[in-house]
Amino acid sequence: MTRAIITVVGKDTVGIIAKVCTYLADNQINILDISQTIVQEFFNMMMIVDLTKSVKAFDQISSELDKIGKDTGVQVKCQLEDIFDKMHRI
Amino acid sequence: MINLQEVIETNKMIEQENLDVRTITMGISLLDCADHDLKVTCDKIYKKITTLARDLVQTGEDIAKEFGIPIVNKRISITPISLVGGACCRIPGDYVQIAKTLDRAAKDVGVNILGGYSAIVSKGMTQSDELLIRSIPMALAATERICSSVNVGSTKTGINMDAVRLMGDIIRQTAEATKDRDSVGCTKLVVLCNAPDDNPFMAGAFHGVSEADAIINVGVSGPGVVKYALEQMDESIARKNRSAQGLANFELLCETIKRTAFKITRVGQLVAQEASRRLGVPFGIIDLSLAPTPAIGDSVADILKCIGVEHPGAPGTTAALAMLNDQVKKGGVMASSYVGGLSGAFIPVSEDQGMIDAVEAGALTIEKLEAMTCVCSVGLDMIAIPGDTPATTIAGIIADESAIGMVNQKTTAVRIIPVIGKNVGDTVEYGGLFGHAPIMPVNTFSSQRFVDRGGRIPAPIHSFKN
Repeated sequence: MTRAIITVVGKDTVGIIAKVCTYLADNQINILDISQTIVQEFFNMMMIVDLTKSVKAFDQISSELDKIGKDTGVQVKCQLEDIFDKMHRI
Repeated sequence: MINLQEVIETNKMIEQENLDVRTITMGISLLDCADHDLKVTCDKIYKKITTLARDLVQTGEDIAKEFGIPIVNKRISITPISLVGGACCRIPGDYVQIAKTLDRAAKDVGVNILGGYSAIVSKGMTQSDELLIRSIPMALAATERICSSVNVGSTKTGINMDAVRLMGDIIRQTAEATKDRDSVGCTKLVVLCNAPDDNPFMAGAFHGVSEADAIINVGVSGPGVVKYALEQMDESIARKNRSAQGLANFELLCETIKRTAFKITRVGQLVAQEASRRLGVPFGIIDLSLAPTPAIGDSVADILKCIGVEHPGAPGTTAALAMLNDQVKKGGVMASSYVGGLSGAFIPVSEDQGMIDAVEAGALTIEKLEAMTCVCSVGLDMIAIPGDTPATTIAGIIADESAIGMVNQKTTAVRIIPVIGKNVGDTVEYGGLFGHAPIMPVNTFSSQRFVDRGGRIPAPIHSFKN
């Protein structure tokens, strides 16, 4: 299973989760977990997703999510889960 | 499962605290490129480098994108070239031809620096070593991406004082050969003692003869992350005591540095393993280093200030640096399967805004920097000195640094730049990673009789361990 973490950071905006989720559904990317919080007035959301059945390559998903973020005025990042696992788990 | 706080912490390190992987360096052995014909040697070298490193830059960029971690440099280190060119080089100009070939290969694969225009002469010099060394000024003036290093001593062999004396001249000649560009050639030339075979950091990187045909070494960085963690530590103590300022004790300080170094190094380990897998080249080592850049917030000097000295150079600086260096190693060692290279905190002057500030404030002198090199990785690094400094004085400085390395069984190095036409009070601007530097005064009393003696200084007594 190829797992990635999608983060959304920015000023709270109506419909941002909907946009990201729609995009993921359209591309056969399964959401495994979602959590969110507000840090210093900024909306922080993360999703753990499964890319195994994705119809697009990682590179494309990452740039398209980045574009969705820019169009909505928030930052959307997609990173492979390993970097977080390595850093925070022994 | 990873939680949101952990994700926020990692991304904050990357976005706000300048966490990055400083370099993926591919070590390539060129021993099988040696031929008695210069052209054949050059052709073989070009072909081997451009074949093995063809995908290095693209792979680095892919990994950076997928994990969301910047990988600043993609570089190559090669077998010390004096071992490869011995059979075909008759005059220094022949070696310059090899340098130009290396420069072309580096440009064509897209790496910004290639290191290994080097000679290992810690005990004696072969004719080939000496030709190579004498070609360095011409080679560095005629190329863009080549870095050169000469290892003049080791704990096991002592110090080759003939080579030390010669390097005093070579540094001056390199400065002269590039005087129209503020003697920039000297930023790419380093004199080492106890040089490691697997260092991924420039200018001293080369692919030692103890290494495999090709290898991936990774240098991590992140002084900004360490500084931020220490600031947080003090702030949390202040909040706890309800006072304006908090002072964490050394136990807490050390724990924080170790924990941070562990996290930074784990990222390096991940990148190294991925690069190794994708390129089909074995993983060599992680170099656990705090490598500053001139960017604000990416400074080792700032960590020292955070630990509590007003500027680097103030009394206490050496102890603070010793502690920092040790904790970085203790935290990092557990995070990686193989550790090597230089591993420690770097204290270049021109590449660290906090160091530049300290020099300009009058807090930091070459003598204090020398003391600091006893307890951290490497040595007198990226220091601009007056253009009229005699070669014998430069050789004296090299001898001092080499002695520190030899006796303390550690790597030391000298990368100083006598900037032709400039004097104390002037500054020099190199731009990019090399930064800018105020010209620092050098002790003007003569070392001539000492460095002109010739021969070598024997290995210290504690090197006889058999």
